[in-house]
Amino acid sequence: MMHDPTNIIPFFVIIPLAGAFIISIVGKRLKWLPDVMGILATLGLLSISILSVRFVNLYGTLVYTVGGWKPPIGIAMVMDGLTAFFVVTINLVAFCVALFSINYMERFTSKWKFYALFLLMLGGMNGVVVTGDVFNLFVFLEIAAVASYALVAFGTEKHELEAAFKYAVMSSVGSLFILLAIAILYSYTSTLNMADMANVLIKKGEPSNIMLMVSVFFIMGFGLKSALVPFHAWLPDAHPSAPAPISAMLSGVLIKSLGIYALCRMFYNVIGVSDVTTSVFLFLGALSMIVGGILAIGQWDFKRLLAYSSISQIGYIVLGIALGTPLGILAGLFHLFNHSVFKSLLFLNSGALEYSTGTRDLKQMGGLFKKMPITGSTNMIASMSIAGIPPLSGFWSKLLIIIALVQAGRFGYAVWAVIISVLTLAMYLKVLRYGFFGQLKEKLNKVREVPIFMKLSMIALACICIIGGMLLVYGFGRFFLNPAADVMFEGTKYAAVTMAAVQ
Amino acid sequence: MSRKHEKGMSLIVKTITRFTVGLILLYGIYILSHGHISPGGGFAGGVIVALSFIHLMLAYGKETALKKLPKNVASFFESSGAILFLGIALLGFTGGYFFLNFLSKGQPFRLFSAGIIPLCNIAISFKVGAGLFTIFVALVLLTFEIGKKK
Repeated sequence: MMHDPTNIIPFFVIIPLAGAFIISIVGKRLKWLPDVMGILATLGLLSISILSVRFVNLYGTLVYTVGGWKPPIGIAMVMDGLTAFFVVTINLVAFCVALFSINYMERFTSKWKFYALFLLMLGGMNGVVVTGDVFNLFVFLEIAAVASYALVAFGTEKHELEAAFKYAVMSSVGSLFILLAIAILYSYTSTLNMADMANVLIKKGEPSNIMLMVSVFFIMGFGLKSALVPFHAWLPDAHPSAPAPISAMLSGVLIKSLGIYALCRMFYNVIGVSDVTTSVFLFLGALSMIVGGILAIGQWDFKRLLAYSSISQIGYIVLGIALGTPLGILAGLFHLFNHSVFKSLLFLNSGALEYSTGTRDLKQMGGLFKKMPITGSTNMIASMSIAGIPPLSGFWSKLLIIIALVQAGRFGYAVWAVIISVLTLAMYLKVLRYGFFGQLKEKLNKVREVPIFMKLSMIALACICIIGGMLLVYGFGRFFLNPAADVMFEGTKYAAVTMAAVQ
Repeated sequence: MSRKHEKGMSLIVKTITRFTVGLILLYGIYILSHGHISPGGGFAGGVIVALSFIHLMLAYGKETALKKLPKNVASFFESSGAILFLGIALLGFTGGYFFLNFLSKGQPFRLFSAGIIPLCNIAISFKVGAGLFTIFVALVLLTFEIGKKK
């Protein structure tokens, strides 16, 4: 029993929660503990998530029965290709962010509160991804969301509190829609287990009006969490206001695990996609891509520019995934991984700039490349990657999305994707031009490079940006990317696969 | 109101509170310890336990209540409740599963039955009770600080 590979699944939730609660008890007295605990917990999570990729490749879908109760009745935790892909993405970014926070969070008074909330948020995100139960998904989603409200307000300045309040109100409205949809779904299918729910829905046959309503609620709720355009208003305030490591987590993985993952899981594997939902997703994706890109280019606040750019890139991801073709899904997921890496790197860069110069306004920077070579070069790699310059990872994923759009005959969307890609290049050239090149400002003469751990974490992420394109190579892709895309492409066959995996 | 009663509410409220606050606390403990055999449980019991302290604070002012249950102690109880709950869940691994009910279930409808469920209820009540109390204290102290600034 102890050598059962499914035993690692609950640890994705146990490790961060235990870390958070231990820090909240003793973190105030033992000053060294929060740092060590943060690093150890995220490192442990990263290693078991890499292990889980291997297990999924060896044994196929794994199902953990919590408390020994069999799934249709008990709570299940499911580890399949898509989940393994997401836990690696989340915990990779979380580890780099925890490394960065060691030095960066020195400026704030209560570092232990930061780590406790950070691990709580991480636990929530891992829980959302790992669970196989719709109500548990909601609970974990709320854990992650509530922790993130507190983290956005962590600086307790006036504008931070305002942004956090706005975020809390809008996100709660989204959560209410999700809860309502889950309640309706529960009364319609009499089950909460995702696999069982999918089975019941297949047996019911033709989609009814109730399912239409549930779909609309889910699109509103999860769309709000993932900041698709009509629901994006909270993001440009909330993401810049948080401390930089948290902005990296929020933009890098939170909107993806709470928004995109939940959306994909519910629509592809449980409810099943129809032509209507496909065209709605395509439209929302394209709209986010265009609106986010156009709004981003006019920003002078570095972090605000990055936040709008996140909306735009989420648009790309949704556009790829919504196509529903194998290549489209693969490209969307690949772009999701790349975006988590380079967007969190860009936010960490903005944190490093703020740490050294004390400002986020691009107009007040300039010529910092000589003063901060590591920050400058990692920023250049990330910017070029997000803009889609050939050898870097962002190029391959955008290329794949555009090829997939052309293959599916969606030429209009493909043209827009190319145009916005050029716009992305323009906005990041603006960052490089005003931030790192040009004349060094007089008062920035004393600026120094950031401390060692911040450098390390930025270098690690930059390396992943460079070698990210390798994921497409057959060997890596087969283990990591393709199983995830297959889970989504198989659609509601998920139910049969999961039920068969229950011992 | 005379200056003598500045701290807290009037004499009538204080007297009634003195009689009822212990009963409320006991009722909360009753609810949480019978969570597995009757309606209620850790959450409801914890809320009622917290209400007894909040009641004290409303009637006698925050100094009296914070003397009975200081902030640090409350936040310690809150975190230890969570740790306790997680620990009980982890002990399930002795039987092979996370959250396994590894204790003997006993006879149904007895107070000492249902394995780990009463223990979980106690852990939840720590978390919820101390959490609710600290939220209330935070709200009270925050208004106080804003008032001072003016």
